[in-house]
Amino acid sequence: MTLALVLTPYVYGLGFFMMAAGLLIALTSRHLIKRLIGLGVFQTSAGVFYILLSKVSGGTAAIRLEADSPAAEALASRLDAAYIAAHGVDGVVYSNPLPHVLILTAIVVGAATLAVGLAIIVRIRETYGTVDFEEISALEARALRDVREDEA
Amino acid sequence: MAEAIGWIGAVLVIAAVGLSIAGAVGVLRFPDVYTRIHAASITDTGAASLMTLGLLLMAGFSPAAIKLCIVWVFIMLTSPAAAHALAGAAFGSGHRPVLADPRQPSEDEA
Amino acid sequence: MSLLLASPELELVFSALLLTLVAGLVVALLAARSVLTCILLMSAFSLTMALWLMTMDAPDVAFTEASVGAGVSTMILLGAALSSTDVIPSLRPGRLWFPAVACLAAFIGMALIVPDLPVFGDPGSPPSAYVGRLYLEQTPHDIGAPNVVTAVLASYRGFDTLGETTVIFAAGVGVLLLLGGQVRSPDAAPEDVSLRASAGSPVLSVAARLLIPIICLYAFYVLAHGEFGAGGGFQAGVILAAALILHALVFGVRETMKALPVGVVRACAALGVLGYAAVGFLAILNGGRFLDYDALLSPVFEAGLPSSHLAGGHHHWGQRIGILAIETGVMLAVASTMTAIFYAFTGRVSRSDAAGAS
Repeated sequence: MTLALVLTPYVYGLGFFMMAAGLLIALTSRHLIKRLIGLGVFQTSAGVFYILLSKVSGGTAAIRLEADSPAAEALASRLDAAYIAAHGVDGVVYSNPLPHVLILTAIVVGAATLAVGLAIIVRIRETYGTVDFEEISALEARALRDVREDEA
Repeated sequence: MAEAIGWIGAVLVIAAVGLSIAGAVGVLRFPDVYTRIHAASITDTGAASLMTLGLLLMAGFSPAAIKLCIVWVFIMLTSPAAAHALAGAAFGSGHRPVLADPRQPSEDEA
Repeated sequence: MSLLLASPELELVFSALLLTLVAGLVVALLAARSVLTCILLMSAFSLTMALWLMTMDAPDVAFTEASVGAGVSTMILLGAALSSTDVIPSLRPGRLWFPAVACLAAFIGMALIVPDLPVFGDPGSPPSAYVGRLYLEQTPHDIGAPNVVTAVLASYRGFDTLGETTVIFAAGVGVLLLLGGQVRSPDAAPEDVSLRASAGSPVLSVAARLLIPIICLYAFYVLAHGEFGAGGGFQAGVILAAALILHALVFGVRETMKALPVGVVRACAALGVLGYAAVGFLAILNGGRFLDYDALLSPVFEAGLPSSHLAGGHHHWGQRIGILAIETGVMLAVASTMTAIFYAFTGRVSRSDAAGAS
C-alpha cells in the first residue's frame, strides 16, 4: 500500500500534465490540424483521469467469472482472503466498470467530432488558401481594415 | 513439468523483448529508409513470433492458445505486406538506398 | 497460468511506467514541427494508450482506443492533411507566453487537488465502492451477461448510449454538410492517386483480398461476443469501417464506392440510429418502458426458452436479444458514419487538389 501512496501523485500528475500539454498544443500551434491533435490529446487525457479512478489494486477486467473457475482461482491466489472478502464480488476482485463505459463512448464520439473539426479546416483551406493560424488572422485583419476604409 | 514449460516460455518472451530493442535501435541508427524498414520488420515478425510462441508455452493448452495462433497468422500476413507497401511508397516518392561504397555515388547525388 | 499474473503492486508500477511512455509521446508531440510527424505521433500515442488501458483492466476501452485512435482517426487525419503544407512554422515568442502561463496555471490548479484524490488502486474509493460495485453485483441477476461493461453500456445506460450514437450520426451529417456530399455515383468520384502509393502491387492486393473478409467477419464476432468478452457495437463498427478504408486504400475509392454506394452508406447510418430507437419503442408497445428489454418478449414465450448462461435462476432472453439488437444498430451507425466521413474527405481533398492544379 505504501508503494501505491508513492505512485498516486505521480500517475495523477502525469495525467494532468498530459491535459495541460494538450491544451498548450491546442492554444499555441500555428497549424490548425496540429491544434485539433492537441485537442484530441486533451480529450484522451481527461479519459486517463477517469480510468485512473477506476483501477482497483489486484482487480481484473469487469467480465464476471465463475468463482470456482481456474481463472478466478489463479487471480485469487495472489491476494489475501480478507481483501477479497472486503472488496470482491462473489470471490473475485474487479475494477470499476462505470468509467470504462463513459470513456469508451467518449472515444468514438471524439473521433466523430474530430472529423467535424477537420471538415471545417478543409473549408478554411479552400476559403483562405492556408491553414496557418497567423496568416488567417492577418487576412482577416486586412479584410476588416478594407471594410472600414470603404465605410469611411 | 508445466512449470518448466512456462519458464521456457518466459525466456522466449524475454528474447523477444531483446529483439524488439535491437529493432528499435536499428530504426534509430540505420542510414536510410530501406535499412530502417528491415530493422522494423525484424521486430514485426521475429520478435512477434517469439513473443507469441513464449506466450503459447506459458498459457498451455487453452482457448487463449488458439487465439494466439490466429494472432500469429495475422501478424505473418500483415506485417510483411505493410513493410512491402512502405518500401514501395518510399521508392515511389524518390528515396534511393544509400550505397556502401563512397567512390560509387548514389543516384541522389548523380 | 500463474506465471502470466504479476503481483498487484507490480501491476501498478508497470502501468505507471507505461503512462510515463504515453506522456513522453505527448512531449514529442509538443516539439514536432511537421504535420505528418504529429499525426503519426498521435497514432503511436493512441496505441500506447491502448496498452496502458489493458494494464488498467479496461480491455473494452483499450480495444476502442486502438481501433479508433490508431486506426480510423489516423486515416481521417491523413486524408484531411494530404494537400496542406507539412511544415509547422513556429509561433512568435511574444504570442507564446500567455497560453503557456494559462496552461501552467491549469496544471498547478489540477495538481492542487491531488491530495484529495483517492489513492491509486484503492478499492474503497468513492468512485469504486458504490455505484460501480452495485453494477458488478447486480448484472448477473438483472442482465445475465458476463461482461459488465456491455451490460451497463447497452442496458442500464441504454438511453445514454442512444444519445452517443445520435451524436456520432449528427457529426457525420455535419461533415457531409460542411464538405457537401454531392459525390453520389462511383463515376463522379475522383480517382485519388495520392492515397494509392503502391497502386497495382500484387502483394498488397493479395494480402487485402485475404484480410478484408476476415476483418469483416471479425467485426461481427466482436459484435456478437460483446456480452461475453471485450467488444461490442462501437468497436465492431469501427473495425468494419477500417475494412472498408483498407479496401479504398488498396483498390481505390472508386472501386469501394462501386461495391458500397454512397447512398447505401448514408441510409445505413440513419438506419442504425433508427433501429436502436425502434427497439426502445418496441418495448413501449409491449407494455414496458423505453429500452426496457425485459418487455421485448412475452413472459409465456420466454418461459419456454432454455435458461441462459449465468442466469441465477432467471430467464434473460429479452435482455440478450435487446442488447444484441441495439449493438447491431450501434455497429451499423458507427461503421456507416465513419465510411461516409472517409468518402467525403477523399472526394473533397482530391477535388480541391484538382482545382489548385488547374
